[in-house]
Amino acid sequence: MAFSSIGGSPDRQRVAQERLKIIARHLQRPGDGDSAIVAAECKAQGSKSDASSERRTVPRRRQEIMKWNGWGYSDSRFLFNKKGQAEFTGKRYRLSGMIIPALKDWMESTFGASMQHKTSATPVLNTSAVQPPNLNDAFVEELKSTGIPFSCDAEDRTFRSHGHCLHEIFALREGKFGRVPDMVVWPSCHNDVVKIVELACKHNVCLIPYGGGTSVSSALECPREETRSIISLDTSQMNRILWIDEKNLTAHVEAGIVGQDLERLLNESGYCTGHEPDSMEFSSLGGWVATRASGMKKNIYGNIEDLIIHIKMVTPQGVIEKSCQGPRMSTGPDIYHFIMGSEGTLGVVTEVTMKIRPMPEYQKYGSVVFPNFEQGVACLREVAKQRCAPASIRLMDNEQFKFGHALKPQVSSIFTSFLDGLKKFYITKFKGFDPNRLCVATLLFEGDREKVLQHEKQVYDIAAKFGGLAAGEDNGQRGYMLTFVIAYLRDLGMDYYVIGESFETSVPWDRVLDICRNVKARIVRECKEKGVQFPPLSTCRVTQTYDAGACVYFYFAFNYRGLSNPIHVYEQVEHAAREEILANGGSLSHHHGVGKLRKEWMRETVSSVGMGMLKSVKDYVDPHNIFGNRNLL
Amino acid sequence: MLKKRDDFEDMLEERRNSSDLRYALRCYTPLLYRGVTPCTSSSLKSMVLQSDHIHYVINQVSKEMGRDTDDVQEEASAILEEMAQHLQLSTVRFFAFTLSKIFKTLFKSICVNEEGIQRLQQAIQEHPVVLLPSHRSYMDFLLMSYILYTYDLALPVIAAGMDFMGMKIVGEMLRMSGAFFIRRSFGGDKLYWAVFSEYVKTMLRNGFAPIEFFLEGTRSRTSKSLTPKLGLLNIVLDPFFKGEVFDINVVPVSISYERILEEALYARELLGVPKPKESTSALFKARKVLSEDYGSIHVYFGQPVSVRSLAHGRVNRCQFNLRPRHIPKRPREDIHNFVNDSAYRLVRAQEENMALKPWVLLATLLLQNQAVGQNQVMALDELSEQAVWLRDLSWQYGAFLLWPDNTPPSEVVFSSLSLHHGLVRISEGRVQLALEQERRAGPGEPSCNLTPEEGLLSEAVIILSCASYRNQGLHIFVRPALLASAILTASSNKKQEVFNSFSFLRNMFSNEFILCPGATVQDFEEACYLLVKTGALQVTQQEFLVTERGHRTVAFLASMLDPFLQGYQVVCRFLCEEATETLTEKQFIPAVRKFIIKHLLAGRLRYTEVLSSDLQKNTLAALLRLGAVRKIKGAEQEALKVNKVMVNSLEDTLGGKLPTQETVVARL
Ligand SMILES: Cc1cc2nc3c(=O)[nH]c(=O)nc-3n(C[C@H](O)[C@H](O)[C@H](O)COP(=O)(O)OP(=O)(O)OC[C@H]3O[C@@H](n4cnc5c(N)ncnc54)[C@H](O)[C@@H]3O)c2cc1C
Repeated sequence: MAFSSIGGSPDRQRVAQERLKIIARHLQRPGDGDSAIVAAECKAQGSKSDASSERRTVPRRRQEIMKWNGWGYSDSRFLFNKKGQAEFTGKRYRLSGMIIPALKDWMESTFGASMQHKTSATPVLNTSAVQPPNLNDAFVEELKSTGIPFSCDAEDRTFRSHGHCLHEIFALREGKFGRVPDMVVWPSCHNDVVKIVELACKHNVCLIPYGGGTSVSSALECPREETRSIISLDTSQMNRILWIDEKNLTAHVEAGIVGQDLERLLNESGYCTGHEPDSMEFSSLGGWVATRASGMKKNIYGNIEDLIIHIKMVTPQGVIEKSCQGPRMSTGPDIYHFIMGSEGTLGVVTEVTMKIRPMPEYQKYGSVVFPNFEQGVACLREVAKQRCAPASIRLMDNEQFKFGHALKPQVSSIFTSFLDGLKKFYITKFKGFDPNRLCVATLLFEGDREKVLQHEKQVYDIAAKFGGLAAGEDNGQRGYMLTFVIAYLRDLGMDYYVIGESFETSVPWDRVLDICRNVKARIVRECKEKGVQFPPLSTCRVTQTYDAGACVYFYFAFNYRGLSNPIHVYEQVEHAAREEILANGGSLSHHHGVGKLRKEWMRETVSSVGMGMLKSVKDYVDPHNIFGNRNLL
Repeated sequence: MLKKRDDFEDMLEERRNSSDLRYALRCYTPLLYRGVTPCTSSSLKSMVLQSDHIHYVINQVSKEMGRDTDDVQEEASAILEEMAQHLQLSTVRFFAFTLSKIFKTLFKSICVNEEGIQRLQQAIQEHPVVLLPSHRSYMDFLLMSYILYTYDLALPVIAAGMDFMGMKIVGEMLRMSGAFFIRRSFGGDKLYWAVFSEYVKTMLRNGFAPIEFFLEGTRSRTSKSLTPKLGLLNIVLDPFFKGEVFDINVVPVSISYERILEEALYARELLGVPKPKESTSALFKARKVLSEDYGSIHVYFGQPVSVRSLAHGRVNRCQFNLRPRHIPKRPREDIHNFVNDSAYRLVRAQEENMALKPWVLLATLLLQNQAVGQNQVMALDELSEQAVWLRDLSWQYGAFLLWPDNTPPSEVVFSSLSLHHGLVRISEGRVQLALEQERRAGPGEPSCNLTPEEGLLSEAVIILSCASYRNQGLHIFVRPALLASAILTASSNKKQEVFNSFSFLRNMFSNEFILCPGATVQDFEEACYLLVKTGALQVTQQEFLVTERGHRTVAFLASMLDPFLQGYQVVCRFLCEEATETLTEKQFIPAVRKFIIKHLLAGRLRYTEVLSSDLQKNTLAALLRLGAVRKIKGAEQEALKVNKVMVNSLEDTLGGKLPTQETVVARL
C-alpha cells in the first residue's frame, strides 16, 4: 500500500513531548491578588500533596492574563503585521511568533473581507459603563465574617457575566454590558461552598456557579428578569488534586481545576485523565460535569460521564453524593445523571473522583485524504463499526480542508499564494482527486508502540477501501495543533467584519451526510434571505464516532458589511440551522449543552413528561431558585 | 387583476427556417443538477434493487407469503425491468427530427415562454426538479421532451401509464426517450409499490433527471383539470420530508392546445362509444389528422415552487427521526393533508397559466345560446359583441386570454370559428353549432337511417367537444359562478344565506372543479371581491345586491353552472327512481345514461351535456363523499346503497326547491 509517507518521522516520542510542552507553556505563575480582594486561605482537610500544585493557571483576577473581550491569553492573538501578513503573537503556542502567509488570501477570497475595512474593538473596559452592583447587605455582612474572598469590582464582575457565544463577545467589543453579576466570590474548598450556599439561601440571593467561563450556550448570562442580587461563585481557586489512588486508578480533584492544570499535575505523577475538550486550557472539571462535556480522545478515555466515579455537589437542600466508589451500581436511576448536565441549576459541584490512566507510552498523528466527503463518512462509519477508532478521528469537509491549508505557517521565504500552494499540493500528491471535493481526516493514535502501529495499519487499510490515501503525519499534527489556536481566529475575523461561530450535534450514522448537506445549505439560503451581502462560510466536520452515530460540528461565518444588525441576522441563521438539525434527526446538543440559547427546544427534545421530571427535581432540590441562572428548563 | 405573465416565443419558427436534421444532430449539452451523481440507466436499476428499502420489503413479502427471498428478489427485478426507462440520446434525436416534421404540418406555432425556460434551467441546477405538466393529449409528454431538448435542458424521465406498452415498438421507443411505465392499478401489491417508489426516489435523489408526471393522473377528456392524484406526488416529496435532499423544485407547466387532436375521440368516449385500443395500427390510422390545421400550442413553464418553502411551518419533519427511513410507513395525517393541499395548489397554478384562445369564449357563448332554444342561430355581429364583453370580463377576472391586438373583433371571431369548422356552421352572417351536419353522417348515408338515439348521440359529440373548449376557461369563472348561483337560489339576499348556499354548492361540486379543500371562506371572499370589483354586486352590512348592470354578469355566470346543476339533479333523480338494491358501480354509468337519454329524448332536459360520463361519475363521487350513497360489500361486487331521502333532498336543494338549511350545510 502507498503508506510510505507514514513512518517518516522517526522521533515519535517527540510528538508526545511536544504536546505536553504546549500545555506546560501555558503555565504562568499569576501575580498576587489585588488589594480589593479580601484574602483568606481555606484551611482545607489535609495538606497540599504536591509542590507543583502551587503553580496554577487561573488567578482570581483573570484580567491579569486574559482578554476581557476576546478569547484566551492577552498576549496571544492573530493580527496583520505592517507587511500585511497574518501573524500569531506571543510565545505560548507552537504557532506563536509565526507568519501565516496564506491566511490573508483565504480571508479575502472566502469572505470578501478586505484589509481596508477594519472594525476595532473597544480597547479598554470602561468600568463606568458597568451598572453598579445591587448588593444584599445582610448577605455581604455575613459573607465577610466567613473570610471567603469576594469582590464587587466592575472588571471582576464583567469577566463573569458571559461565556464565549458570538453575541456575548460582540457586545463586549462594542463596549456594551448587559446585566452583570453584582459580586464575585472565590471559595477555595468544599466547605467554603457549603457556607456560601447556606448564606445565599438564608438571604435569598441568586448564585451562578462559574468555572472556566468557556460556556457557549449563554449559560453564564445573568437572566434579565432576575431582581435579586446575583453572586458569581467562581470555583477557580478550588483547584487541587486532593489524592491519587494508584490501586484503583482514580484521582479525587476539586472541581474548579482547569483542564491543562489537571493534566499537567497528573502527568507529573505519570498519569492522565485523557479528557481533552478543545477548551481544556480554560474549562474546568466542574464545568465539564455541569455541561456533560466531551473530550477529543473520548474513544480511548470516554466522555465525562464515563470518567466519573464520584461527585460531591452542594445544593440548597444539602450535599448530595454517593456512599461508595463502586464502579457500577444498580440503585435506581443514577443520581449523578441529575448532576451531569445540570448546568448550574441545582448546586455547585465541588469535588469529583475521576478515573485516571497511565500516560500513553506513544502517540502518533496521521491523516488521510479522501476523494470526497461521502467516502470519508463511509470510512468513519466502517471504523466505528469495527470499533477500531483511534484516540481521535476527525473528518473535515472540503472547505475546512482548504482552511487548514490557509493556516500553514511560513516555512520557506518564498511567498506563495494560498491557492498556488494548494494547487501544487494536489498536483504533486493526489492526482485524480478533485481539489474542490476532496476532504481530509486527521488521526491521533495513542498507546503502547506496538499496538499503535498495528492499530494504525488497521485504520489505514480500512481507509484505502474507501479511496483514502495517507497524507502524512504533518497534516494530522497541524490539525490538532490548530485546535487550540482556532478560537483566537474569531477575534481576528471580527476585526474585519467577519463574525462566526461553531455549533454541534449528534446524529445517527445513516443521517450524517444528509444533515451535513442540509444544514450547510440551509445556512447559505438563510444568509441570502436575510440580506447577507457576501457568500457565507458554511462548513462542517465529523469530530466523534460512536457505535450508533457521530458528532458533527458546523462552522458558520460571514462578512457582515452592509448589515445594520449583524448579530440579529447571525442569531436568526443559527436558529434556522438548529431547526434544520432537529428536522434531520440531529440532537439539540452533543456536548455544548442547552443553557439559555437552546432552551426553547427542550420540551420537544425530552417530551413534556421529561420536562416535568426535570422540573420536579429542580423544585425539590432548589425550591427558591437560588441557583437562578435559568438554564435548561 | 391583470397578472404579469411572460411573453411567448414560437419555437417552430426556427424549425421552419433551418435544417431539421442538423437540429436533431446538434450538440446537446444541458446543464445538470450540480449535485448529480452521474450514473447509467442500468446502474440506477441495481441501486434500486440493492437499496435498504427494497431489501426490507423483499424480506417482508417473503416472510408473509412464505416465499423464497430469491424468488421475490427475482420478481422485484422483473417489475423493475418492466418499468424502467432507458433514456437514449439517439432516440431523442430521432424524435426531435420526426416531431419537427409532424409538428410543422399539424400546428401553426408552438409558443413557449422563454423566461420560464430560463427559470427552469436555474432550478434544474439548484435542486432536483419535478415537472408537472397539465394533461390534455398524448402529445403532452413528447412535446415536453421536445421543448427541453430544443432549449438544451436536461431531458426528463416521465411516468407513463402501462397502456402504451400495448404498442410494442412505440412503447420501446418511448422508453428510450425517457418514459417509465407504471401499471394502472396495483392495489395492495407491496412489492410493486416498493420497487416503483424506490425507483422514482432514486432518480430524484441522485438528480438523475427531472422527473415528470401528470398530477391529474390521466388525460382530461373534458379539458377541465382533474382532481389531483396523490400517489406520485407523495413519492417525490418523501425524500424532502426525510431530509435526503435539501429541497425540490416543482415546476407546473400549462400546455394549452388551440385544437385538441383527440377532440372527437374524447367526446365519444364520454358518451360511451368505446375508445379504440391504443395500438400501433390505430396510431397510423390517425394519419388523417395530419392533414388538418390544429392551430397553435402554448406551453407556459410556471414559477418553480420550492417544496421546502411550501412545507415551511406545515410539516414537522422530526416525525421521521424515530425509525429507519427505509421502512415504509403510511404517511401521517399532517403529511397527507399537506400533500393534498399542495397538489391542489399546483393544479391551480397550472390552470392560472393556461393560455386561452378567443375560441374558448366563443364556445362558451355558443353553448349558452344553444341551450336557450333548440340550436339557436346567432348573428355574427351579436356574437362579436358578446365576445368582447366576455373578453373584458375574463381579463378583469385575471384570465390569461390571448386576444390578438389591433385586429377587429369580428375578424378575431371569424378566424377562430374557421379553425373549428367541424363544430360550427356559418352561413349568411349567422352562426350555429354544427349539429345538423353531423346528423347527416357519412356520404351516401341518408340521415333518416339514424335512430333518434343515434341522432342525439351524434349531436352530443359536437356539444361535448364544444364544452371541452368552454371548460378550458371554467377555472376563471367557477368561484364567481358559484356565488352567482348562490345568490339566485338563496331564499334571501342575506349574507349568511348566500354564504350557506355558496358553501353547499361548492361542497357539492368539489369533485367537479378544482376547489382547494378547506378554502370555502377564501373562495367566497374571492368571488365577492371579483363581483364587487366589476360592479356587478354591492355588499352592504347584511345583504348582497345585484346592480343594474350586474344582472347580465350574474345571469351569464349562473348559466355557466347550469348544465352541471342539471346533471347532478338528474343523476340524483335516477338514483331515487331507478336504483335497485344490486346496482353496482360498474352498472351505474350505463344505467344512468339510459335514463338520461330517455329524458333528453322526451325533451325534459335542457342540457345534452349531462350525457357526459365524467359528470355522472363526479356526481356519484360527490354523493359517496357526502354519505348519500354508500358502497356495500356484496358477495361478488360492491353494491351502491342509496339513501333516497338524502339524495332526494340534495336534488331539491340543487334545484333551489329546498333552502340550504343550516342543518344540511352543517351536515355536509
Ligand atoms: C473554544 C472552545 C472550545 C470548546 N470545546 C469543547 C469541547 O471540545 N468539548 C466540550 O464538551 N465543550 C467544549 N466547549 C464548551 C465548554 O468548554 C464546555 O461546556 C465546558 O464544559 C464548560 O466548562 P467551564 O468550566 O468553562 O464552565 P463555565 O463556562 O464556567 O460554565 C458552564 C456552565 O456550568 C456551570 N458550572 C460551572 N462550574 C460548575 C460547578 N462547579 N458546579 C456546578 N455548575 C457549574 C455554570 O453555571 C454554567 O451553567 C468549548 C468552548 C469553547 C469556547
